[in-house]
Amino acid sequence: MKKLMKLTAIALASALALTAGTASADKLKVGFIYLGPPGDHGWTYAHDQGRLMLEKELGDQVQTTYVENVPEGPDSERAIAKLAETGHELIFTTSFGYMEPTLKVAKRFPNVKFEHATGYKDSDNVSTYVARFYEGRYVQGVIAGKVSKTNTIGYIASFPIPEVVRGINAFLLGAHSVNPDIKVKVVWVYTWFDPPKEADAAKVLMDQGADIITQHTDSTAALQAAAERGLYAFGQASDMIHFGPKTQLTANVNNWGPYYIARAKAVLDGTWSTANTWDGMAEGMVVMAPFTNMPADVAALATKTAESIRSGNLHPFTGPIRNQAGEVVVPAGAVADDGMLAGMNFYVEGVDDKLPE
Amino acid sequence: MTELIIASIMTMMTAATPLVFAATGELVAEKSGVLNLGVEGMMLIGAVFGFAAVTLTGEPLLGLAVGILTGLFASMIFAVLTLSLLSNQVATGLALTIFGTGLSALVGLDYVGKTIEQIRAIYIPVLTDLPIVGRLLFGHDPLVYAGILILGLTHWFLKHTRWGMILRAVGDSDQSAHAIGYPVIAIRYAAVAFGGAMAGLGGAYLSLVYTPLWAEHMTAGRGWIALALVVFASWRPTRVLLGAVLFGGITILQLNAQAAGLGIPASFMSMLPYIATIVVLVLISRDATRIRLNAPACLGRPFRAER
Repeated sequence: MKKLMKLTAIALASALALTAGTASADKLKVGFIYLGPPGDHGWTYAHDQGRLMLEKELGDQVQTTYVENVPEGPDSERAIAKLAETGHELIFTTSFGYMEPTLKVAKRFPNVKFEHATGYKDSDNVSTYVARFYEGRYVQGVIAGKVSKTNTIGYIASFPIPEVVRGINAFLLGAHSVNPDIKVKVVWVYTWFDPPKEADAAKVLMDQGADIITQHTDSTAALQAAAERGLYAFGQASDMIHFGPKTQLTANVNNWGPYYIARAKAVLDGTWSTANTWDGMAEGMVVMAPFTNMPADVAALATKTAESIRSGNLHPFTGPIRNQAGEVVVPAGAVADDGMLAGMNFYVEGVDDKLPE
Repeated sequence: MTELIIASIMTMMTAATPLVFAATGELVAEKSGVLNLGVEGMMLIGAVFGFAAVTLTGEPLLGLAVGILTGLFASMIFAVLTLSLLSNQVATGLALTIFGTGLSALVGLDYVGKTIEQIRAIYIPVLTDLPIVGRLLFGHDPLVYAGILILGLTHWFLKHTRWGMILRAVGDSDQSAHAIGYPVIAIRYAAVAFGGAMAGLGGAYLSLVYTPLWAEHMTAGRGWIALALVVFASWRPTRVLLGAVLFGGITILQLNAQAAGLGIPASFMSMLPYIATIVVLVLISRDATRIRLNAPACLGRPFRAER
C-alpha cells in the first residue's frame, strides 16, 4: 500500500519535474535526484541551495532539473535513468541509498557523468562526494559539553551506517574534550524524514533528561520540539535558526554550491574525471551557522575549535581513542585515517548505547 | 524517576490524541454500518488544509475548523459514492486514502518548510503546579482534553440518546430500521460526516500541535492504526481511549527503551499493537454473542431500500 502510494508520488513528481524544463541543445543539462522535498530545510534543502548557486553562477550555460521525494533503493533507478534518457549530461544523486542504482544506470549511459553523494563506490563515469560533517559535529560536541546543565545530550540517529556512527563518535569526542561527564543518549528512528517521529524521539530524549537535542535526520521537527520546551538544539544540514530563534546553538550547514559549480565547469570544458571528494571546513563544504544562545566564552571556544579544525591543527579523531570494549583503536598521537573513518562501524568509549547490527 | 514517568505519560497522551479523534469518528461511522477505509487520506487532507489556513491567517482555531471541514468534505465524496451510488465501500475507502495522499502532497507543495506558532499546553496557576497530578491533569494542550470530551460525548450519545440508538439500529439491521421508517441513508451520511470531521481534526492536530509543520505523508500510517484501534476496542468508545494510549504509547515506549539503552529491538516493540489487534480479533470471533453485541451487523454492506 505504502509502496504503491510512494510509486504514485514518484510518477507524479517525475512528471512534474520533467515537464518543467524545456529542452535546449547548447546548454549543459544537470539533473538532481532528491531524497526529500527541497523545502525540508535540511538535507535536500541544502542540495537545492547548491543547485540554485550553480544556476546563478553559470547562468545560460546550464539548465537544471530535479526530481524530489525519490525513495532510496531499487525504485530510484527509474528516476535516475529518466534523467539520463532526457539528455542530462551530469547527474547528482544526493543520498547514500542511491549508490547501487546510480552505478547500474551509469553502466547503461557511459557518456553521462554521475556524482553520488556520501557513497563509497565509483566507476569511470561515477564520482563520489561527501562532506566531513563530523568536523562540525565535533564543534557541536564542544558546545554541548559546555552548555548542558544535565550533562545529558539527546542524539536522534537515522540509520546505523558509518556516516551516522562517525557523527555520533565525533560529537562525543568533542563533548568529552571539555566535559568528561557528558552522556550521549542515542535513539534510532530508522528514517531520514518523518517529522512526527523525529519530534517523538526528541520529546522522549528530553523526558529522559536531555537538555540539548542534536539530530541526524532531515526535518526541523526535533528542533521545534526542543523550542517548545525552552531547551537547546543544533540545526542539521542548513541554518534552522528561523525555526528556533532561542533554541538553535549552531548548525552544520552543508555548502554544496561551490562543488556543483566546479563539477559542472569541468564537464563544460571537458576536464571531468572520476574523483572521490571528501571536503570539510577547510574547503568550505561544511560551514558552521552563527554560534547563538550561548555565553560569549563558549562561543569563543567554539570559534577557536572550528578555526583549529579548519587550519588542520586539530583532527576530531585524534588518539588515544578507545572503542566501547576499551581497546585502543587509534593510538596516542595518531589520527584516524580516512579508511577507518569511511567504514566506521563501532562506537567510541562513552557512548551510552549499543550499536544496532 | 517520577519525573520521567510523568513526562512519558504526557508525551504518550499527545501521541494518543490524533488516534482518539480519528478512531472515535471511524467508530461512529462503523456503528452506522459504514466501513470507511479512507481515514488516512482524510487525516492528510485535514492536516494540509488546516496548516495552510494557519499559515495564511495565523489563526490556530481557524486552522482546526478548516481541518474539520475539509475532512468532512472528503468524507462526503466517499458518502456520495458508497451510499447514494452504492459503490463498494472497501474499494472506495482505499481510493479515498490514495486520493487524500496525492491531493495533500499537491496542495502542500507551497507549505513545506514553513512554520507556524504552535498551539501550546495550557497552564493554570496553582493547579498545574501541583506536585505529580498537576501536570498530568492540567498540563496538556487543549486538544487532549477535547479528544477525551468528544470520546465521552460519543459514548453518551451512542448509549443513552434516542438518536444514538437509532444510529446503532441502522448499523445492526438497516432493513428493519428502514421498515420502521428511519431514514437509513441520511443517518449514514451524518455518521460518515462525523467520521470525516474527526479524521480531519486528527490530521490538523498533527500539523498544528504535534509538530507545527507540514510534511508530505506526515500521518505515516496513523489512519490505519485508528482503523485497527476501532476493532481493538471492539466498537466501544471507552476502550478507544485505552487502545489509543496503548497504540500511541508503544511508539513512545519504544523510543524510551532505546534512549534508556535497554537493547530491545525497535521493530519488535512497533509490532506489538498490531499483534494485540490480531489477538483481540481472534478472541472476539471465538465468542459469537460478543460479536453480535458489539460489532455492527451490517458493517460494509450497501443498503438498498426494499419496498
